[in-house]
Amino acid sequence: MSANATALKAKKSADLSGTSTGYKVFVVVVLILVTLFFLFPLYWIVTGSFKDAIEINAREPIWFPQAPTIDNYLRLFEHPALRWLFNIVFISGAAMLLTCITASLAGYALAKKRFIGRGVLFTIIICAMALPKQVIVIPLLQEMTFIGLDDTLAAVILPTVGWPFGVFLMKQFAETIPSEILEAARVDGAGELRTFTTVVLPMIKPGIGALAIFTFVNTWNDYFLQLVMLRSETNWTLPVGIARLQGEMSNDFGLIMAGAALAAVPIIIVFIAFQKYFTQGIAMGAVKG
Amino acid sequence: MKKVFALALTLAMVLSLAACGGNNDTADDTSGTEEGTGTTISLWSFNIGGFTDAASWDSLIAAFNEQYPDITVEVNPINYQDGDSILTSAISSGTAPDIIFEGPERIVGNYAREGLMVDLSDLWTASGSDIPESISSVSQLDGTYYLYPLSVAAHCMAINYEVFEAAGALQYIDEETRTWTTDDFVAAMEAIRDAAAAGTVSVATPGIIYCGAQGGDQGTRALVNNLYSDYYVNEDGTSYNINSANNVQALTLLQSMVNDESLSANASFQASDELQQFANGTSAVTFCWNYSNYTQYADQTQFTPFAMAFPSDDGVPELEMAGPYGFGVFDNGDQAKIDAAKTFIDFICNDQTAGVEAVKTTGFFPAHADWGDVYEGDADADLRAPFALMSNYLGRYYNLTGGWTEQRALWWPMLAEIMTTGADPQTAADNFVEQANANIG
Amino acid sequence: MAQNAAAATAERKPKRAKRPSHTSGMSRALVRRETISAYLFLLPSLFFFVAFVVVPMVICVVYSFLDYGLGGVQGFAGLDNYARMLTDPIFHAGLRNTVLIVVVAVPTVTAFSLWVGSAIYQMHPFPRSFFRCVFYLPVVTGSVAITVVWKWILNPYNGILNQVTDNVGFDWLGTQSTAIWFIILILFTTSIGQPIVLYVAALGNVDTSIVEAAQVDGATKLQIFWRIKWPAIMPTTLYVLVITTINSFQCFALIQLLTRGGPLNSTMTIMYQIYDTAYTRQDFGYANAMGVVLAIIIAIFSAIQFKVAKTDQ
Repeated sequence: MSANATALKAKKSADLSGTSTGYKVFVVVVLILVTLFFLFPLYWIVTGSFKDAIEINAREPIWFPQAPTIDNYLRLFEHPALRWLFNIVFISGAAMLLTCITASLAGYALAKKRFIGRGVLFTIIICAMALPKQVIVIPLLQEMTFIGLDDTLAAVILPTVGWPFGVFLMKQFAETIPSEILEAARVDGAGELRTFTTVVLPMIKPGIGALAIFTFVNTWNDYFLQLVMLRSETNWTLPVGIARLQGEMSNDFGLIMAGAALAAVPIIIVFIAFQKYFTQGIAMGAVKG
Repeated sequence: MKKVFALALTLAMVLSLAACGGNNDTADDTSGTEEGTGTTISLWSFNIGGFTDAASWDSLIAAFNEQYPDITVEVNPINYQDGDSILTSAISSGTAPDIIFEGPERIVGNYAREGLMVDLSDLWTASGSDIPESISSVSQLDGTYYLYPLSVAAHCMAINYEVFEAAGALQYIDEETRTWTTDDFVAAMEAIRDAAAAGTVSVATPGIIYCGAQGGDQGTRALVNNLYSDYYVNEDGTSYNINSANNVQALTLLQSMVNDESLSANASFQASDELQQFANGTSAVTFCWNYSNYTQYADQTQFTPFAMAFPSDDGVPELEMAGPYGFGVFDNGDQAKIDAAKTFIDFICNDQTAGVEAVKTTGFFPAHADWGDVYEGDADADLRAPFALMSNYLGRYYNLTGGWTEQRALWWPMLAEIMTTGADPQTAADNFVEQANANIG
Repeated sequence: MAQNAAAATAERKPKRAKRPSHTSGMSRALVRRETISAYLFLLPSLFFFVAFVVVPMVICVVYSFLDYGLGGVQGFAGLDNYARMLTDPIFHAGLRNTVLIVVVAVPTVTAFSLWVGSAIYQMHPFPRSFFRCVFYLPVVTGSVAITVVWKWILNPYNGILNQVTDNVGFDWLGTQSTAIWFIILILFTTSIGQPIVLYVAALGNVDTSIVEAAQVDGATKLQIFWRIKWPAIMPTTLYVLVITTINSFQCFALIQLLTRGGPLNSTMTIMYQIYDTAYTRQDFGYANAMGVVLAIIIAIFSAIQFKVAKTDQ
């Protein structure tokens, strides 16, 4: 860690020496402007959720709620909003766990085993990993009804786990494992599963971290599948709930902002608290990938 | 290590099972009142008037269960925003509800036409004799009844009374009959535009033509059709009629009003957005008004929303029927459920105590002529009077024309094209009719 | 099939060359043993993949040849559903906009995140985590929450944008020439978080001794970037390209909640059109046919992208 820090310092002085002051000022100014642009929607969600209908719909800017009210939240909790929050956390968590397990097993096999059909399989995975869920949604919904999972959280979780992007990612990781180590484990008489758990898993751990975060965030944001699969109000997720708070004849931005704040604030707090692990996880994923 | 892995795998499997299991739990919660061997039926309710959530059905269902304890009704509220897609996906995957609460547009015009609905003629024979012909005629397809009606209203528009007053535009409306002519409408909008420019009134625009998809199409449709007294569909329902001389004249008039800023047009606006601007006092009229919108926005409006009929050249409006809202039964192949569904509908629509409560919840007027004025003596009776008046102006009903779902998807782009891009109304209307007629089949 | 096989060999060859010790001299029995154990490892993943991706995809292909609507299957449609795409102006608009979104968003997101990444990776840890965090926030906030607040910001009358620019009444999302750019802008804000985090890490891992040696040799900053850093972060760039492309292709919440494809199809994407055709227009056959065409386009796109990035490396 300290070695890193010294290296960083050395690099910093070395790099910056070649940069003009003008450019540095430019960079900082642009970054600050872009930062404001990125923070503003969040600010607007949170302050908006405390505005009453008159301030929400005012025709001149009201930068801060003049008469803060929690009325929007009271009305939000007339709906099963906490249940929606639980549902989205559960869906994202379960999809994350299952994807990490299946993808690390499969990624390892694809990277390190030479087997019949490997090339074809990998090509299929490459071709399918960007496939949008819209394409197959009609049969998928019928299939879920057929196996009795219609309108359940599992109907969102299972197809998410089936998406082969995780396998691709884990394959990229597993390729960095030196074959010699696997060979050595085999010579020592370790079985396949043992090799996987004692040798492979520790080496691809950062990759699993990256995949876990990626899957969690992506599932959280996969509004489409949730929209189509979940029908009863108690099964909705928070994003679906927020979207459906917009009625045909009403556009209650205060209520919608309260929903958006409920969706955004808890996960932002978790994110900031664990920022280090979060970014490390993603980052390690990339460097090796 | 092996054990840890096996444990993780098991955990994952259990979790995914729990996802389905957890769900079954909730299903159990809602059907906790089930009486052992009884029938459970599902009711999907569009948000009509006060029926905005499952709880709004509670007292009616409780009353129903006193008489029929072995039928359990599960309510799933849906809205017009994405109700169509939810129903379509349910039908496509074989999980359609038993009962749907909606109007003829979907129940008769769409689902019955596709052969998905149960014949409700027996309900009509038993108790439908006092339902007016205007309602019964739209509850059937080729002589078979698929909808049993509860209540009905008329779609109208509304003006901001105080803004009209301040702009000196009240002279253009007949406050007694709540009607106005096309010329009056144009003059009123221009007066408000000028008053706004002079700072006399604070509206940003006299009125907004919303051109962005989904609900509320009846408002813009009625506006266009009334201006020069024409119909949306020709007499025998074989062709859409928006390219007729009168309708094109109406579209041209609206286009020129948008051009001289006595109206605005917003392609991203839906009915809800336009209503909100009316409620804010941003615009002086709304083209999407009825009693339930009136109550929904009552808290927010700091002025008098004054219900008006749509303007027409002869001053005689022909309004679109809102509803008749009622029930249809999906044919899911289970006779016990179909019978239970009919029992429920019979109770809600024909039992006078429950029926009046249900009608009042919609905020509209009963389909049963024999029930008379159900609001008589209520505290808010005078607030409803204007909407009752509108029912006198009901015009021809054409929402059962073939290809209704498809034409709706064509209506908005046509409106946006004419109002926001300055396209030639005749050409745009001709295109619309050509494409809409292709689905009339 | 031939293409698959070709791709497969092309994929395998460099591996063989790189690690001859691993594959050379494998006996037939060993190959069989490896194959069995490999498939056991693949089994859980394949189960989900086949059950919830491949099976529906096959059904989707079958449906695409049927006249299938709300009332059930009305008959065999042959190639009608496919022929319709050729003359359907909405499909053409959808295709054009989908391509536009991908072609604009992917390079912009990649370039901008690389720029931000290189601007902040040498900063003091505090501002570095601050900026990294700021750009990642829209990702964790969620696409729906971000979309609904933008809907309010862009409202012609009550939206803050028009209020501060003194432009009340202008309909950004209702004007053909501006709507799609706002969609891309919002997509951009929700897409750059992950790439920035990735680039900061990747740049931080570039071997500093090589950079210093190059500086001693008098290399310019630009030379150092292209000769040393760019090759080192190439795997990251591949990854960024892949995830951004997937993101851009699949932007659905934005379209559904802001414009529903309008005005006049100017923000229609194929993804939204499939949903709209199936669930609003109730034409399942045609929706599935569009799905099949899209799946083929995307598969080719992914394969090419992967190939290009690989050979570049």
